[in-house]
Amino acid sequence: MISFLLNDKAVHIDATQADTTLLNYLREECALSGTKEGCASGDCGACTVVVAQANKPGSALEYRALNSCVTFLSAVHGKQLLTVEHLADGDTLHPVQAAMVDAHGSQCGFCTPGFIMSMFALYQQGEAPSREKINVALGGNLCRCTGYRPIIDAALASCTGTVDDKFYANRATTVTQLADLHNVNAGLDNLLMPTDRIELASAIGKHPEARLFAGSTDLALEVTQQLKTLPTLISLTQVAELQVLQETDLGINIGGAVPFSKMEALLLTHFPELHELLDRFASTPIRNQATLGGNVANASPIGDMPPALLALNARIQVDNGQARRDIPIGEFFTGYRQTLLQKNEWIEAIFIPYKKTNSKISAYKISKRQEDDISAVCAVFNLTLGENNIIQELASGFGGVAATPVSAIGLAAALVGKDWSQSATFEAGKVILSQAFNPIDDVRASATYRQTMIVNLWKRFWLQSNQQSHKIETRVHAYE
Amino acid sequence: MRKLIKQPFSGNPQGKVGKSHPHESAIRQVSGQARYVDDLPQPANLQFAAIGTSPAASGVIKSLDVSDVWASPGVSDVITVEDVPGHVDIAPVFDGDPIFAQKHVLFHGQAMFAVLADTVHHARQAALKAKIDITPSTPCLSVDAAKQQSNFVRPPHFMHQGDFDSAYKASTFTVQNHLSIGGQEHMYLEGQVSMAISEEEDRVLVYTSSQHPSEVQKLIAEVLDCKLHKVVVDMRRMGGGFGGKETQAAQWACIAALFAKRNQCAVKLRLPRMQDMIATGKRHPFENSYKVGFDKEGLINAADIEINGNCGHSPDLSDAIVDRAMFHCDNGYYLENVKVAGHRCRTNQVSHTAYRGFGGPQGMIVAEAMMDAIARKVGKDPLSVRKLNLYGENQRNLTPYGMTVEHNLLADLINRLENSSDYWARRDAISKFNKHSPIVKKGLALTPVKFGISFTAKHLNQAGALLHVYTDGSMQINHGGTEMGQGLHTKIGQIVANEFGISLHDVEVTATRTDKVPNTSPTAASSGTDLNGKAAQNACIIVKQRLAKFYTDEVNDLNLTADNVIFADNKVTLGENSIGFVQLVQNAYIGRVSLSSTGFYKTPKIHYDRNTGNGRPFFYFAYGASVSEVAIDTLTGEYKVERVDILHDVGRSLNPAIDIGQIEGGFIQGMGWLTTEDLKWDDSGRLMSNNPATYKIPAIGDTPEIFNVDLYARDNDEDSIYHSKAVGEPPLMLANSVWCAIKDAISSLTDYQIDPQLPAPATPEAVLNCIESLGNITISERIE
Repeated sequence: MISFLLNDKAVHIDATQADTTLLNYLREECALSGTKEGCASGDCGACTVVVAQANKPGSALEYRALNSCVTFLSAVHGKQLLTVEHLADGDTLHPVQAAMVDAHGSQCGFCTPGFIMSMFALYQQGEAPSREKINVALGGNLCRCTGYRPIIDAALASCTGTVDDKFYANRATTVTQLADLHNVNAGLDNLLMPTDRIELASAIGKHPEARLFAGSTDLALEVTQQLKTLPTLISLTQVAELQVLQETDLGINIGGAVPFSKMEALLLTHFPELHELLDRFASTPIRNQATLGGNVANASPIGDMPPALLALNARIQVDNGQARRDIPIGEFFTGYRQTLLQKNEWIEAIFIPYKKTNSKISAYKISKRQEDDISAVCAVFNLTLGENNIIQELASGFGGVAATPVSAIGLAAALVGKDWSQSATFEAGKVILSQAFNPIDDVRASATYRQTMIVNLWKRFWLQSNQQSHKIETRVHAYE
Repeated sequence: MRKLIKQPFSGNPQGKVGKSHPHESAIRQVSGQARYVDDLPQPANLQFAAIGTSPAASGVIKSLDVSDVWASPGVSDVITVEDVPGHVDIAPVFDGDPIFAQKHVLFHGQAMFAVLADTVHHARQAALKAKIDITPSTPCLSVDAAKQQSNFVRPPHFMHQGDFDSAYKASTFTVQNHLSIGGQEHMYLEGQVSMAISEEEDRVLVYTSSQHPSEVQKLIAEVLDCKLHKVVVDMRRMGGGFGGKETQAAQWACIAALFAKRNQCAVKLRLPRMQDMIATGKRHPFENSYKVGFDKEGLINAADIEINGNCGHSPDLSDAIVDRAMFHCDNGYYLENVKVAGHRCRTNQVSHTAYRGFGGPQGMIVAEAMMDAIARKVGKDPLSVRKLNLYGENQRNLTPYGMTVEHNLLADLINRLENSSDYWARRDAISKFNKHSPIVKKGLALTPVKFGISFTAKHLNQAGALLHVYTDGSMQINHGGTEMGQGLHTKIGQIVANEFGISLHDVEVTATRTDKVPNTSPTAASSGTDLNGKAAQNACIIVKQRLAKFYTDEVNDLNLTADNVIFADNKVTLGENSIGFVQLVQNAYIGRVSLSSTGFYKTPKIHYDRNTGNGRPFFYFAYGASVSEVAIDTLTGEYKVERVDILHDVGRSLNPAIDIGQIEGGFIQGMGWLTTEDLKWDDSGRLMSNNPATYKIPAIGDTPEIFNVDLYARDNDEDSIYHSKAVGEPPLMLANSVWCAIKDAISSLTDYQIDPQLPAPATPEAVLNCIESLGNITISERIE
């Protein structure tokens, strides 16, 4: 059974297709047509809804926006699903709704419910956001009419840091309602929701054809774009071992099914240099669902995290319920969307070692658009310097330049021991990088441009890391 | 038009127009209550349609086997071109758009058949199962190839003025260049959708998301082989149109109607996003070139401009679109000796169509490219060259198509913007910055817009309205325009409330319907408010005349006539006498006065002779200008638009908030066209940028952090509705300043000696290519 609160009513579903998206459920089964389908691929945000949950008994409710078009029903099990129809309090609009009216933030109005829901989630953070925070919160919502200025104004006017709405007033009732839901068994006939590694192994054993998923932001595209009917699904979101988020003596461990938005804080504490990459990784609603484990297992050559993990010498911890193994990320990807993962295995966690004290890390992403775009090229460099600027280690990771995410192995081999501040060192690296990969032409960029970017991002890294006070401006976007 | 009742438009004492009333649907939109076609309650017998499409860009259909489609789960009907009872061609003006491919396929993604099933999913799955055998032929995929083959969808058109040849020869300097301009996907957030319901007496009722309900009605009737009165089209609102639903909505409505009629049921056809992007037309890509001769100050004395539109496989609206590109290749600049040629090139792409600006943007950008090229040659700031070449007030004011530019605001408008944006101080600051910044370079540009208002097809410049006054004083106004977010219904409501001096809440603007106002024009060419506002006002005036006469008779004072009746503040006043508006309406009803009227309007003054390339195709011009400042990264080609200042002319604004919304939204949409929106087809003619993951419209972070937008305060000199001006399209072209500012930043690498040849869209890759085309400039050479 899948149990959740649909707005303020408990709903228990015991039979439906496992691959039913939240959007189709709302529009076709509940006649809640306020939530719109713009693209059915998680790229426009018209379908944005908000999910509230109490992470621990007694804790405050946490509100997160997600794209209902690429989310299966199982994702709201035990949670409250909020739609645009429910925000107003009787005839009184919610503050974010009223602000959008006052700011003239809707024209055709088709994107508006999605913006309202993203803005509602932002409002619930209880902080007055900067323009930058607004861009991050609303970067996954496209508007073709307004040019966004009035929407930004509405967010600034309504998200003041004060949370005073009916959801706040009713929070105790909601928490109780949510607690009552948890007494019900999770899952459906064709949807298994194991809670630990033993159950997960058993589920895979019984359903070898099953597809594993956590955020479903990629898997759901097979349903909405390729029109597939999926076999049995196994959700990883309830598996306790996959929800680990910890600092160990040597590094950090990120559970395979932890959504990006939950692991970002820990990752950025240790690697603030990844700030830009994380902010520009898809959009907030996608990051609320998508997981690091999924991004790695997917093995796409244009995934944004594998280049970072390669440069940071991460290790992939793989499990099958009986035995765990630990694979250096450099060995994990074996071909286009191929990995070392066996059919009965899953990614339990990703381990990232702490950085060295004298390291310089930079992560760069090149795409046509800043928000919510896929890399033409992603490049991450991790340099460790000894005394007198002597290179001790130099790791790297690239996306969009080969059939898999890759490192430039030759770079370290050639440059360790050299003086980083010398332009000859830069030139030596340039020669290596200009021959390291054979990128392809596609819709995002030409092979030539990609090749140039590999070299020019190396140049940017060399320029940036060699100047103490950033005498030369090297970025047009403020991420530093 | 007769005006028996004096219109107190100066000062707007009624207070209903000129104010920033919220969009009429704003509250319903923010609370999810505003219904679009796909949100309507489902009729009991609703079935779902999907289309199957061509896998090749050109060729002969050897066989189309739909037996597996029929066998697919849930399927109840399959139709091909053989099953169309009436017209197969659903082209809007000139033939060439079959509802389904017939004998030949003309582009990759062309509809070949349609399937009806019990669910959307079943219909779409079934549509993939046809066995299609096509003998492919070599597709024509570029403007160059089409031109070499003289493969045009319509004959070329020419305009000229003065004597180009001798003036060009006599010029101190000459420059010639080629400019590639990309197309643009509309990316309305609500995709194409129609729902057709079979009704009694062989009627069909169609709900559609269309800018042109009357044309949808006509085409459905033709396809079904019935008369127009059997078809009703209802259109409450679109989730965005931008021109993409002017002709492109009809095909899906016709297919839904065909199924509904055959199966006596209700049918919904909604294209999935990827299919929408593949199977519907876009803004035309253009390949333009120019030769320009000028003196040492940069004053143009000769220009030869060639405009080549990539029309796709059929004419659609391309004749008028390429014409409009030609009408705008002068922008605001006087071209004394000029030749303009316009070619309509046929390619095996989807038939390109209307898109906000309608060819105007692709023509206007040539004028701005010329200004930059001239400025670099004579060593002046491009703004100085632009100002030097502006049309004059009383001389140097004839366009290449023989229309006199009257009431030209540009010189004053530019001066004001130049000051308010602090152009020259910022120019200095940018020059200083660039001298010390080898990697990041800044650029600045001010570009004007002069945009002609009116349909160039004269007959479309007419509109109708239907006003009902009910006995409680509330009203319904219906008109031929469609609401796509632009605020047309809000403005019409304001006009009616203003005419009667009543509250906006007492005026309901109802869904556009072909059974209320017939034979309407598309809501396009920025004309929605100009045409329908006047028609609505006309209906109001007719009813007011009746009420005024009735009240004058009631008052029965020989010194007072109906001319003296004033409608204001929910009252009707005649001399010392006054009556509540509702009371008068009720008295008039009892007195057997008709409280309903149609209204009509046609635009005066306009004419154009295509044989001579001369006339006055436009009622008036709308003006504007913008200043953009950008920073570019010369290592990657990335850029950021840091500040934008806009001053735009909307005449006397009917609703400043809505007008500013059009200006800002148009600017950002234009910026997308010129920067990140990159349509790419592969070598076989397949669209590769076919979803929002691969086609990037501006997102929230692309809105400049400093974005100052002001309205230029001046009434329209022509007798438009309350002397306002059209605002839908002109602001899109304000984005030319972004493109020119990027070029300015690139040019700084050569100390402004070279005019960089930057195509549109200026993606980061295109910017970097442009930088690299300047040669290898080392970092130390990039600073002083």
